[in-house]
Amino acid sequence: MRKSIKLGISAALALSVSSVAVMADIKVAFIDPLSGPFASTGTNGLHQFEFAADYLINQNGGVLGGQNIEIVAFDNKISPKESLIQLQVAIDQGIRFIAQGNSSGVANAITEAVEKHNKRNPDDRVLFLNYAAVDPALTNDKCNFWHFRFDANADIKMDALTDSIAADEGIKKVYIIGQDYSFGKAVSAAANRFLGEKRPDIEIVGDELHPIGKVKDFTPYSRKIVASGAQAVITGNWGADMLGLGKSIVENGYDGPIYTYYAAGSGITAAFGETGEGVIRLVSEGQINPPVSDAAADYYNAFKAKYPDGNVDQSRITNTIGMLAAAIDAAGTADDVVKIAYELEGMTYDSLWGGQVMMRENDHQAIQNVHIQAHTKEGITFAYDGSEYGVKAIKTIEMASADSESSCNMKRP
Amino acid sequence: MELILVNLIDGLVTGLLLFMLSAGLTLIFSMMGVLNFAHASFYMLGAYFGYQISLALGFWVALLVAPVVVGVMGAGVERYGLRRVHQYGHVPELIFTFGLALLIEELVQFVWGKNQMPFDIPDVLNFTAFAIAGNSIPAYKIFMIFISIAIFIGLLYILTRTRVGMIIQAALSYPKTVEALGHNVPLIFMGVFGVGTALAGVAGVIAGPVLGTFPGMAFVLGSIVFVTIVIGGLGSLWGALVASLLIGWITTFAKAYNLAMSDVLNAIGIATPENLDDNIFRDLWTVTSPQIADILPYILMVLILIFRPYGLFGNRDA
Amino acid sequence: MSNQATNTASPMRAGLLSITYMPWIIAGVLLLILPFIFTNNSSITIMNQMWITVIFALAYNMLLGQGGMLSFGHAVYMGLGGFFCMHVMNYVEDFGVAFPLPLLPLFGGLFGMGFAMLIGSFSTTGAGTRFAMISLGVGELIAACSIIIVAFFGGEEGISGDRTYGLPFFGIEFLKQIEVYYLISFWLMVSAVLMYLFSRTPVGRMANAVRDNPERAAFLGYSARWVRFYSFAASGFFCGIAGGLFAINYEILTEENLNAASSGVILLVTFLGGVGFFFGPIIGAIAFTLLQTVLSLETELWAFYAGSLFLATVMFFPGGLAGLMMMHVPAMRFGKLGTLTMPYVKTLLPGLIAMFGAACLVEMTFHYRHAATGDNEMTLFWTTFDSHSIVPWIIVFAVTAVAIWITRKTAPALKEAWGEANTPPKGGV
Repeated sequence: MRKSIKLGISAALALSVSSVAVMADIKVAFIDPLSGPFASTGTNGLHQFEFAADYLINQNGGVLGGQNIEIVAFDNKISPKESLIQLQVAIDQGIRFIAQGNSSGVANAITEAVEKHNKRNPDDRVLFLNYAAVDPALTNDKCNFWHFRFDANADIKMDALTDSIAADEGIKKVYIIGQDYSFGKAVSAAANRFLGEKRPDIEIVGDELHPIGKVKDFTPYSRKIVASGAQAVITGNWGADMLGLGKSIVENGYDGPIYTYYAAGSGITAAFGETGEGVIRLVSEGQINPPVSDAAADYYNAFKAKYPDGNVDQSRITNTIGMLAAAIDAAGTADDVVKIAYELEGMTYDSLWGGQVMMRENDHQAIQNVHIQAHTKEGITFAYDGSEYGVKAIKTIEMASADSESSCNMKRP
Repeated sequence: MELILVNLIDGLVTGLLLFMLSAGLTLIFSMMGVLNFAHASFYMLGAYFGYQISLALGFWVALLVAPVVVGVMGAGVERYGLRRVHQYGHVPELIFTFGLALLIEELVQFVWGKNQMPFDIPDVLNFTAFAIAGNSIPAYKIFMIFISIAIFIGLLYILTRTRVGMIIQAALSYPKTVEALGHNVPLIFMGVFGVGTALAGVAGVIAGPVLGTFPGMAFVLGSIVFVTIVIGGLGSLWGALVASLLIGWITTFAKAYNLAMSDVLNAIGIATPENLDDNIFRDLWTVTSPQIADILPYILMVLILIFRPYGLFGNRDA
Repeated sequence: MSNQATNTASPMRAGLLSITYMPWIIAGVLLLILPFIFTNNSSITIMNQMWITVIFALAYNMLLGQGGMLSFGHAVYMGLGGFFCMHVMNYVEDFGVAFPLPLLPLFGGLFGMGFAMLIGSFSTTGAGTRFAMISLGVGELIAACSIIIVAFFGGEEGISGDRTYGLPFFGIEFLKQIEVYYLISFWLMVSAVLMYLFSRTPVGRMANAVRDNPERAAFLGYSARWVRFYSFAASGFFCGIAGGLFAINYEILTEENLNAASSGVILLVTFLGGVGFFFGPIIGAIAFTLLQTVLSLETELWAFYAGSLFLATVMFFPGGLAGLMMMHVPAMRFGKLGTLTMPYVKTLLPGLIAMFGAACLVEMTFHYRHAATGDNEMTLFWTTFDSHSIVPWIIVFAVTAVAIWITRKTAPALKEAWGEANTPPKGGV
């Protein structure tokens, strides 16, 4: 198969980059959905990767004294099967770094395939940079040496969320609802565990799962939530399921907070609009509003100038690129991924978005500041989705869950 | 008790919305023998056109204009696409609509992008009509109920009281004879297809603000529309209505009450096994009704097809 | 359409009988040497995917093409076969059972057949809409179960295994893609031959009869229902084999292998290739895999092009790509294929240019609307230009318009040449 000539944005970027490049570029394969129902998240993620590589690294002299980082996009259509095919294509093109994030199911398939590939082909090993799949198992039972997670996992985020709930004395009843799959179940299990530890007096009035991506109308669920008298709702829903659930709950008479993971960007902020004000409480790494520094504001403005419709809603992407570049520089090579992996392990990195990121050695889980953010239009410097709404940090947990346990039993080469 | 009433209302809204889609589909299906896979896509087009028009001219104009646009597109698809494929037989026709559904989804993404559209309920209707024991019933839902019932009455009137309706009804039962009588059957087909898709368009405009306007909305609705008309019986408007309401209420109640499989099995005298975690049937024991609510219509359909292939009200073999 | 297909095919048979082994030998040799032409791992991965799809599509066509049964949930049989194989694979790994990996697909086949017999026992009583809707319902049920019943299906993450723990097969441990490739190719040849032979058995012949006229078949003393049932079970068997090969190749199975989208794709693949001919699905599977895997590397809009191609096929060539090829057989037999060359070049070349021109316009519109601000440069067909200036638009638009004009202008000549080529030469054949 001939090497693909990329169309559109990536081609233009590659062109502008390669004209400056003296040496061969260091390529990072971005394997995420660029077509189909989840394409908006994937495309926006790709823009953030390309921008981060360009703005942070390439415009500042690159790595290893002049090599640029180039992002090569592969469309996996959010299918595990397609992801494995595209992974093979990427490896064949000589790419050593694989970035993926949407769907823990896909991440699971990739991390296993990467482990097998590296075992069977010691000559062209690859690293898996997981920037968004948060199933805790990936850094616990299923961990391996080649996988690095730059997002806080579901347990860490839930730890932060429940801190916030525990601090609110008024909350006595909590309802947990999620999508019926590994992540939804992980959220539910973690919420039960942490609430039980922190506030045994809180009653969990509902704990249920609904089919993922299949619910047309959330009204019956909202009725149950309203009828249960819940004062807070915890959900791991994302995409259309998040929007449908959130809007439906509010419409049907609920006025408490909804604690959640993914309710910002990709059109969701705009679609929530006024409905979400004072309701949506989001847990995530990376503080966008208020900007932590001038550098962060400059970065965001530059991104906005390039992609007026885009959002920097996955700030961990800048950390991923930054840490990769730092590890490559420290290792002095872009080919020996074992060396680079050892550099990444235990690395401490100053995040553009405030605080530090520490790549924990024993399980390759990034430890960083986690924020509780509110969906609002007050005090928003950088709004999402071209609307006037955005998310504002209202509480920060520094180096969240730094001492949490991991069942990872890492085998190193 | 109050909750039952609330769920009855919610189920009614879901059912009536489904009816607006299945009414058009059952007419198309029974007359042309085409299982129109793109029907839900016309519903999606309705929502998107509704959103686009409401930006410029407001929701009420959109409610009138968008379905007309969708209906004209539907008629065009019949005239220039389906009619051509018709000569090859039913399977290619069906596959044509299948491909059309894919293409419409791609087109929508091309034009409007992949994000969810901020299509909102008009301000006039954005209030709580009344509340039953703390459960508010939004005015928009009442509005949806009235629109659907008005459409049902209108359809019933046209089909049973007008000349065109008579011809359509005759064509439903004896398409060959109607053609032999000198009626322009292709024109009737085009008209029925147009009206059917326009109904789907109406459903799209009024459902868009509550159920979300996004490229996957046709897929989420999916094949449930076919299930409805098969359960109701092909060609039967009443069947479509009854089946829609049935499905609306079944799914709503299954979601509203957490009925666990273990409770059901215990009730009929089967005891829960001791160590459930090692049991190979553990997942069956822990299944709850909300988990399976959306597949209940499919189970119902398979059972109906096995035991009563005509559907509830139909008189023709599926 | 089926009538038309049989009519074209029947005169073929007598002529092809003498060379009936040739296509199989050619196919076998091709399978052997392809990895030497496309040597890198990714092409082998893509070919593996292709051959698995070929088996699946051929099995699907046993129903659609040969039996006239339209199934909307056929991914279920392939998926279940695959899941079962994966469990066997894990069993081999966990308990150290000595089991040669190449036999694994057989288990998948048997499991697929078993499930097909279970469903077929009530779904094959009718063809048409009833069969289609039952298959749809069952498909949705199994897909939903795959999320709910975690013990067997592993939930959304699916289940995975490692193929290398089986008994080494003549020293081969299936560590490398190329070893898996030959395993898949072997099963492809075996399955294709068996499916072809099945279509020649009395049951296979009766399936055609039942498709075309169930009543007459019944008068001949055959039970339409049992003929359908046997076809359905056989199709389930080969789907299961495809599932087993999927398990070996990807070492993971997920809900994706069972859901409605996969069932829809196989319908598209089979129809695109052509349901009227045995080799139709093979062409369809190859074309679709290339579209999905290779075209999607080139453009985000691949699904748009695939959809357009598919719609055009249904509208203009209901016999699919295979039907399009077989249309030329009469001309070939009259020895007049050569006379079509020039008219083809005159019409199809501009037609092709017009198509690419239209695609360029679509891509440019997409780029104009979605590219980053200040990022005006785009590259199409090795040419880089500014999508925000008017000149490239005028050029592409003009080229497309002229190409369309030439195509329309030369089309009547092609039609005439076509008619001429299909007239038997004087003096008879």
